[in-house]
Amino acid sequence: MSKSTRSTIQSRRARTGYLFILPFIIGFLVFMVKPLIISLEMALSNVKLNPGAPYTLEWNNFFNFKFSITSDAQYNQLLMDEIGRMAINTIAILVMSFVIAVILNQKFKGRIFCRVIFFLPVILASGVLPGIESSNEFFNLMTDVAKEATEGSGVNLSAALENLLSVSGVAGEVFDVIFQMIDAIYDIVMASGIQIIVILSGLQSISPSLYEAADVEGCSAWESFWKITFPMVSPLLMVNLIYTIVDFFMKNDNKVMERINNYMTGGNAVEMNFGYASAMSWIYFGVALAFIGVGTVIIKMAVKSYE
Amino acid sequence: MSKDNTIYLGERKDFWERNRRSGGYLLKKRAKEISVSVIRGLLMFGLCFMIIQPMINRLAMSFMEEKDLYDSTIILLPRNVTLDNYRIVAELTTFPKSMINSLWISIVMSIAQIVSTTLVAYGFARFEFPLKKFWFGCVVMLIIIPPQTIQTALYSSFTRFDIPGILGLFGVPGIFELTTGSPLNIRASIWPYLLMCLTCMGLKDGLYIYMMRQYFRGVPDSLEEAAYVDGCGTMHTFVKIMLPDALPTIASCFLFSFVWQWTDLFYSRNFLTGFKLYSTEMSVMVSRMSKYFASDATQAVVVPNGRQLQLVSIAVLFCCIPLIILYIFTQRTFVESIAMTGSKE
Repeated sequence: MSKSTRSTIQSRRARTGYLFILPFIIGFLVFMVKPLIISLEMALSNVKLNPGAPYTLEWNNFFNFKFSITSDAQYNQLLMDEIGRMAINTIAILVMSFVIAVILNQKFKGRIFCRVIFFLPVILASGVLPGIESSNEFFNLMTDVAKEATEGSGVNLSAALENLLSVSGVAGEVFDVIFQMIDAIYDIVMASGIQIIVILSGLQSISPSLYEAADVEGCSAWESFWKITFPMVSPLLMVNLIYTIVDFFMKNDNKVMERINNYMTGGNAVEMNFGYASAMSWIYFGVALAFIGVGTVIIKMAVKSYE
Repeated sequence: MSKDNTIYLGERKDFWERNRRSGGYLLKKRAKEISVSVIRGLLMFGLCFMIIQPMINRLAMSFMEEKDLYDSTIILLPRNVTLDNYRIVAELTTFPKSMINSLWISIVMSIAQIVSTTLVAYGFARFEFPLKKFWFGCVVMLIIIPPQTIQTALYSSFTRFDIPGILGLFGVPGIFELTTGSPLNIRASIWPYLLMCLTCMGLKDGLYIYMMRQYFRGVPDSLEEAAYVDGCGTMHTFVKIMLPDALPTIASCFLFSFVWQWTDLFYSRNFLTGFKLYSTEMSVMVSRMSKYFASDATQAVVVPNGRQLQLVSIAVLFCCIPLIILYIFTQRTFVESIAMTGSKE
């Protein structure tokens, strides 16, 4: 008797739960699963557009995928560039947001003001805004001119340092990457608004008594950073990793997405080809997914070694 | 004897004396503290300046006449002050109209998104039901899958919209096809995106579900149980007990969604083409310039790069100013409630 009553309460709770998430289930099936299937179908076929009627699909034996990987030199080039940029930026953003969050979590004068400023990128670097100036070619032209001007006058410290170090040939490749990061520091700070908030929220949830105990036991600040702060916040590094990579897709200065868009709308002197566009975006998605997987494994391993 | 044992409490003039007694430790500690705060101050100042500086630049540039742009002696302060640029940008982006459109569409969409995501997040946080893990996995998928992957498919399904959409894959005819003979084309209307927002498929909705679920999970069970014991129904408990406390988190999600909707280009360009939104107007303003500056409508002129950059900068300024004002008034909600959402895994 009592068992059956409990089970009805449980099943009633379960039903109510389903009612609450019903909007999501409907939306996911209609606006995500179905389009995903259609887009996969398109990627695997030759899409013929008929004006005034639905398009027709023709199975073409993975031609779109084969073509984009083996024959489309421009796509491969762009893909490699974007993936490289994504890798460097992701690492830089993770480190940067961590450092800034740790600093913002300390007590100092003007902390509130600094926080207000550091969350501005959440607004200023969203949607149409970040790409609009740099995606236009004239801006690149302007910056080139400006660069030449400063280099000519010999006040560019980082360029001078760059020359010095590359001449002495100290691990050239590594320095190149680091210089790229330094040059891109504005972009990196602008792209790490949300990530800083995420880490900061993690830092604030650590109880101060942990640090007190460590202090009493004779831990230095450096030690307690690595033994307390880092392990406590590390799960959030994964959230940041995923968010950063996904954010990269949505940026409108992403060259791969621009190319896919061109194929979809028939803009920029390419022929409209839905199938090929879908195939390209699936490949890009697959690569990014692999990237997330690798990152997750690395972070998990790093966390494990601290536990 | 007694004098030697005196403890000096925070008297500045005795600093060296105290330092001597501690064997140099005090000086070292003080030096470390000061150097840390100086380095921190410099770093923070530099980074803050870097974030604000482009806005200052844009503001200064917006008052310059065109010839000031090419004058290398002018950096920040314009020599010939003009407000003409603002008029030009307003005309290029159909200013008041596009901004009003952006405003009401952003508000409507954000409300739709927040209502649906709050319900879903509560469902995930507080109820046990079969396949819960699976559906939450779907939420994570929603965060990860880039909308570009399904862009074409969505596009085509909204030009030929029908009610039991998913069943169309198995050849089941839709309601509109049976009654009027052909599916509806609703792509240019407000419906496609509103439907997506109502069903949690809008811009970054996965993130809001995740954030709010995190909050609801942190609320102690006893609150709800007390309400149930007193005879509250599920919906009543949710509205009267859970929602009031969750308001800060909901407000911050609303602000995020408003801001991101305001600047969004992807969904606006694909599904809200029937409305002149500020973000889309902004993205095409460069291509409009050559026509605008031509003396008669038939020919196009080449607008100098500097001039183009200046006008785009002003458009960016237009776009940011309402958001920055909003942010200044609500930054407490933005910052603190996100921090409160915490990260209990």
